[in-house]
Amino acid sequence: MLKVIFPGQLQLGLTQAVAAAIIAFAVVLLARRRQIHLESEAAIAMGRGLVQIVAVGSVLVLLLRGPRWTASILLAVMILAAGATSAKRAKGIPSAFRVSTYSIACGAGSVIAVMTWLGVIDTAISALIPVGSMLIANAMNTNGLALNRFRSDVLAHVGEIETALALGADPKQSVSPYVQASLEASLIPAIDSLRSLGIVWIPGLMAGMLLSGARPVYAAIYQFVVLTMIFAASGLTSLVSTLLVRAQAFTSAEQLSLRPGVSANLAG
Amino acid sequence: MDFLGVPEPQSPNILVADHLGRSVNGVTLVNDITVQVRTGEVLAVVGPSGSGKSSFLRLLNRLDEPTSGTVFLEGIDYRQLPPRELRRKVGMVTQRAFMFPGSVAQNLSFGPQQRGETLSDARAEKLLTRVGLPGYGPRDAVNLSGGEAQRVSLARALANSPVILLLDEPTSALDDEAKSGVESLIRDIIHQSFLTCVVVTHDVSQATRMANRVMLLESGRATRVGSVEEVLHA
Repeated sequence: MLKVIFPGQLQLGLTQAVAAAIIAFAVVLLARRRQIHLESEAAIAMGRGLVQIVAVGSVLVLLLRGPRWTASILLAVMILAAGATSAKRAKGIPSAFRVSTYSIACGAGSVIAVMTWLGVIDTAISALIPVGSMLIANAMNTNGLALNRFRSDVLAHVGEIETALALGADPKQSVSPYVQASLEASLIPAIDSLRSLGIVWIPGLMAGMLLSGARPVYAAIYQFVVLTMIFAASGLTSLVSTLLVRAQAFTSAEQLSLRPGVSANLAG
Repeated sequence: MDFLGVPEPQSPNILVADHLGRSVNGVTLVNDITVQVRTGEVLAVVGPSGSGKSSFLRLLNRLDEPTSGTVFLEGIDYRQLPPRELRRKVGMVTQRAFMFPGSVAQNLSFGPQQRGETLSDARAEKLLTRVGLPGYGPRDAVNLSGGEAQRVSLARALANSPVILLLDEPTSALDDEAKSGVESLIRDIIHQSFLTCVVVTHDVSQATRMANRVMLLESGRATRVGSVEEVLHA
């Protein structure tokens, strides 16, 4: 229907964005009726998302004409932005930005580097940036989930952790059940995506490849490749972030610093 | 001799809190406390709610970091000791007993395992008998009653063979029946084995029953330290 009213591509795109935003806000209003207030967060997230993606689209137009090394700069900027976004999900965790950025750089960055070197990801900017951004975005989500789960589990089990410490336990061991639970929980989306691939959903990348004339079987296999890379990047990110955050939860004197109402910088 | 018939300890100080203090975000929780605990002595820390009793106790095994002063354990500044060794020597029983998943016997062996040691079945059973729970080793620790869990918690702390035991309101989370049982058990154990203890309690009568000496805390500061008579019945 919109295509008939708005024949111009830009006008059509903006109208489609408005339609999608309306349906998203309908959900927000439904949540509000249940006393769950997502209004401001959803509005800000959508506004930011639209501005950011349009900005990236514009930059991509320029980059596609530039040298290939510029892709690595853009990917590095994406990792920093992902680290900052993810850190906001880990309030109260000391050095959350550093932990998030290192983890995403390690997880997504290393998978992008290896897969590009192997030729699985094309070095053309038009391929490297979209695929790389998918890995980074998923690594960011995984990292956020891992940190958030770790923080809430630790805060809910301060008594158990400090009992273990008081009995002479290694801090690593005192939080190991919560590290494991965080790791497992953070990987659920990536595992479910792989598990339901082709049955529950056909991802956008495959649809795009089909539209651009790729052979359907190759498009399908490449989609599997991308999701497997996402799983690898997410898994590595989560492994690194849970290791790093575990160290942040304790002081050098093996005291639990991640406790309600305790300032981490007090401990020695 | 005190009224319990236990000789008043004359041994050297095993633990000394030296101008110990802790502030968090500008709020003083423990304010310049200096107190000595002699070997075999039971020191009760009493005071109103929020007076810093538990905060003081947490400084003694370094679960929290002092912002001023220090603690000497057996004459050594405890900052020179590895935290795990310190906490093995300074055992702690908290207000609420947190059981680890697994059997009671596995809970008892948790401390020794941290040092790569094994707690023999015989020693575990001896500890359980000592806390009035013979034969409880195979039971699921998570399904114990509050009183039973607190007894296991005590046995678990004793399994580390501590030189001093910290008790943080050990009976306040229990019902009346369990409370008197656990308190008399603790009294028996500490007096029979001449174990040095620092016990935090808001219950003055409990302090009277358990302690040789009492320290009264008010707003994080030790306002009186002395015998039970001097501090509580003056």
